[in-house]
Amino acid sequence: MKLVKNIGLAVFLCCFAIFLCLPFMGTYRLTSQQFESVVSDSAHRAALAPNMQAMFDKSYANNFNFLADYGQALDKTNQQFKDKEAWVKVIHTDYALPLAKISARGFVKEHIQTLFYICFIISSLGGLIYFIADLFLQKKGDTQHKQVFKSGITNRGISAIVFAVFLIAFYILLYQAPAYLSNWVLMVDPLSIKLTGSQASQWFLYGFMYCLVMLVMGLKMLIKHRHSNYQLVRTVSVIFFQVAFAFMIPNILTLLQLPSADLKNIWPLDYTFFFDYHLNDLLSAGLLGYWMLGWGIFLIVVGVPVMVYFFGKRWYCSWVCGCGGLAETFGDPFRHLSDKSIKSWKIERYLVHGVLLFAVVMTVAVLYTFFTGSSTLLGINTYGIRQVYAFAIGFIFAGAVGTGFYPLMGNRVWCRFGCPLAAYLGIVQRFKSRYRITTNGGQCISCGNCSTYCEMGIDVRAYAQRGENIIRASCVGCGICAEVCPRGVLKLENGPENNRFENQLNLIRAKNEV
Amino acid sequence: MKIVIIGNGIGGITAARNIRKQSDHEILVISAESDYFFSRTALMYVYMGQMKFEHTQPYENWFWEKNRISLLNAYVKSVDFEKQTLHTANGQKISYDKLIIATGSVPKKIGLSGEGLKGVQSLYSKQDLELLEQNSGDVKEAVIVGGGLIGIELAEMLRSRNIKVSILSRENAYWNSVLPQEEAQMISRHIAEHHINLIANTELGKILDDGSGSVKGIITKKGAEIPCQLLLISIGVQPNINFLKNSALAINKGVLVNEFLETNITNVYALGDCAEFENPKLLHPPIEQLWYTAQMQGEALANTICGHRQTYRRGVWFNSAKFLDIEYQTYGCMFKQPLADEETFYWEHSSGRKAFRANFEKESGALRGFNFLGIRFNHPVANRWISEKRNIGLCIAELKKGVFDAEFSKQHHRKIADEFFRQFPAYAKTQKTNKLKFWM
Ligand SMILES: Cc1cc2nc3c(=O)[nH]c(=O)nc-3n(C[C@H](O)[C@H](O)[C@H](O)COP(=O)(O)OP(=O)(O)OC[C@H]3O[C@@H](n4cnc5c(N)ncnc54)[C@H](O)[C@@H]3O)c2cc1C
Ligand code: SF4
Repeated sequence: MKLVKNIGLAVFLCCFAIFLCLPFMGTYRLTSQQFESVVSDSAHRAALAPNMQAMFDKSYANNFNFLADYGQALDKTNQQFKDKEAWVKVIHTDYALPLAKISARGFVKEHIQTLFYICFIISSLGGLIYFIADLFLQKKGDTQHKQVFKSGITNRGISAIVFAVFLIAFYILLYQAPAYLSNWVLMVDPLSIKLTGSQASQWFLYGFMYCLVMLVMGLKMLIKHRHSNYQLVRTVSVIFFQVAFAFMIPNILTLLQLPSADLKNIWPLDYTFFFDYHLNDLLSAGLLGYWMLGWGIFLIVVGVPVMVYFFGKRWYCSWVCGCGGLAETFGDPFRHLSDKSIKSWKIERYLVHGVLLFAVVMTVAVLYTFFTGSSTLLGINTYGIRQVYAFAIGFIFAGAVGTGFYPLMGNRVWCRFGCPLAAYLGIVQRFKSRYRITTNGGQCISCGNCSTYCEMGIDVRAYAQRGENIIRASCVGCGICAEVCPRGVLKLENGPENNRFENQLNLIRAKNEV
Repeated sequence: MKIVIIGNGIGGITAARNIRKQSDHEILVISAESDYFFSRTALMYVYMGQMKFEHTQPYENWFWEKNRISLLNAYVKSVDFEKQTLHTANGQKISYDKLIIATGSVPKKIGLSGEGLKGVQSLYSKQDLELLEQNSGDVKEAVIVGGGLIGIELAEMLRSRNIKVSILSRENAYWNSVLPQEEAQMISRHIAEHHINLIANTELGKILDDGSGSVKGIITKKGAEIPCQLLLISIGVQPNINFLKNSALAINKGVLVNEFLETNITNVYALGDCAEFENPKLLHPPIEQLWYTAQMQGEALANTICGHRQTYRRGVWFNSAKFLDIEYQTYGCMFKQPLADEETFYWEHSSGRKAFRANFEKESGALRGFNFLGIRFNHPVANRWISEKRNIGLCIAELKKGVFDAEFSKQHHRKIADEFFRQFPAYAKTQKTNKLKFWM
């Protein structure tokens, strides 16, 4: 079985290596017809074409040179507008990715299907074999995480740093320069056309890979925790919500030319929900659009508080949310890397509530503009705030840091320090909820397994050893503390509010005579 | 007032923390083992790579200074009770107004020649763990002497490194000196599943030297030879009080204390593993070698020292452990055999990984205690039922109230109840009928 496991790993690594080589492969040649088909806006076409004449029919040995030339052409065009102070004419549309895709020649383009199978299907199978072997190698009911601190990838070794750099680079390219990933996007084009009716964007690629990673790593969770129904149900739930709600439904809506929406994504995590273009989209889409708007607002105003009151924030963070879903599957091997110090708890509270405040201010400003048409509020440009938020929070914090730092700071960096929705859910959970982790009387031996494996950096032991229930804004209810506890001390539960804070040690201590 | 505590284990540290909570006394904690308090119970996880040593420390390093608890890493060589002064190994003299002795245990020795060989050791302290790390370098086979709580932890530790493990047990099944036969058998089967060779009814006879000062194997008292490059002695622990011998302090096996944890010398107290009760509570051992009891003693003693003199009362007995993958929780005084006035009921799940036992008084049906294997149970509920002497019929009927397994877990209380009332139909009448609502 060990051998089978290693074969699985080898298959995966080979496929992954091929995948990593792809962006550097292929030659590029753009014809003027292709150019015209990509740049659909006639004004853009007219402005760009003169500056791009030299590129047409020229062969490029690689993507980088091609994109460098296109970048120059675009800069030149925009500079001309700027010189004339024709600000509205400046081209912001990203044509680089579709241009790169359409002008690609050679191996990748000719073997899209094969490469798709190798990079996504066979590699996933390799991963699955690697994990399925654990069914035979790892005893059912083994709740332990042996060797975690002895392997470099899970203990901030060199391999972990390399992996983090890779993830961060991936996010930077994805958000800022997706054209460099054009060959990856090409591979999912056929699938995208089937599902959505149009060519793939980098976001389609991202959504697809997200689902795949969650499926494979989710299966690992299912196998590892096959003794625990709580973990099984929860893991199936996050995978389902990702695949169905975040991926399939929006794509099918796009196919039907309806406004696409991730119906489980809630403002302020979904910070674009109140942006003018999104509201206009919904308001112009008839009944379905109105319903989507109503549903979104209902979730914010009623859904969150009511559900958190009954079940704690776990109903969202570790059962439904996509970010949480990735953290609970792909990020699970890194859960112990979260910092447990009181200092980091302090930083967490400032940061996460700061982001919530920022999100609220930004949204108020955006709505002000939407209703009044004036783009300045208190002397500040609302589009400016919006851009800063999208860049600093949406891209840097949630993406590059949030996921890129998995191997260094644990799998919930974003959820813990940055997510404004988590902050909102957390406030309700802390002050008005039936949820708590009950401590079992005096059974704690202060071993520290619970704290070590808390992905949110909660020092669970500090509560358990004093007989206190764990009632914390940040607890996402993953249930791993209860599972790794060797003495059966912890139980996640929803119960009457009145005895939530009852000290469990007081319940078992003999009444001492004085 | 200056309070000096020897030993920074759970006993000494709990006393220190609780004294600080209630008073402004000067507090000094001395230990030769580690700079900071750590959880001895977690040593195995460090060895298995599940935690780092720093994770075993329940408080961050700044905690002590902030709470004005001074720490000193030193070995106390002797105590001059007359002059109220300690002498450390490096020649320091430290005076005290009140002294708390919380020096814990040392592993018991077998007393065979060869116990000093390289590769022969026990596990109690941080240093023992470091030694074990060194000693388990290229070990293929190991023998553990003593099938008890630490023995099974050792076995699990070594198995995590694929070392072949044999356990020599004096009893006929695992920990049969404490566990009733059925439970002991069940755990013995689980041990075998983990490819650990539990050799029952066997004692260590001889330790074999490989000629260069390292262990190469053992011979059992029955004459069987087992090769091993690592021999672990875990036949129990005894109070760590050698440095107090031949002083005015009254000691037997441990430092003798009354129910206030006071020794025969005024202003000197002892608690935890190293203390021995002059008059132990009925059915309770004179020396309590548990994490929990050391903690409770620390709380009680802090009250006494801070002027609220109170006895140490440990309440309803409880304990817990984990045998490889099977958790064990016990409430009340549960012995290997039920007492003469007790009836016992045992249920085992077909998987052989879960079991339940209840002992109760024959005459009145009052609950005496529970054993749980592979099932988590709510401590306050068990505590209340046992101290109320609740009728067993009621307890079994309402077992669900105390189930502490994770949500969505398979529940066994119904099967247990069916079986119980089949065996003891007389108690069926005492059941209350009020059903639990689904949200409770
Ligand atoms: C591997 C292992 C697992 C265990 N698991 C459990 C469990 O699951 N549940 C449970 O209830 N119990 C368990 N125990 C037992 C429990 O750890 C002890 O009962 C408890 O630690 C005793 O605490 P204590 O404060 O009395 O002494 P200790 O924790 O032993 O602390 C005493 C300290 O005093 C120091 N000291 C001693 N003499 C001197 C001196 N002369 N000068 C300076 N310093 C000195 C020692 O070095 C030591 O650091 C376990 C023990 C071991 C070894
Ligand atoms: S709650 Fe459990 S895991 Fe956490 S310190 Fe206590 S015994 Fe260890």
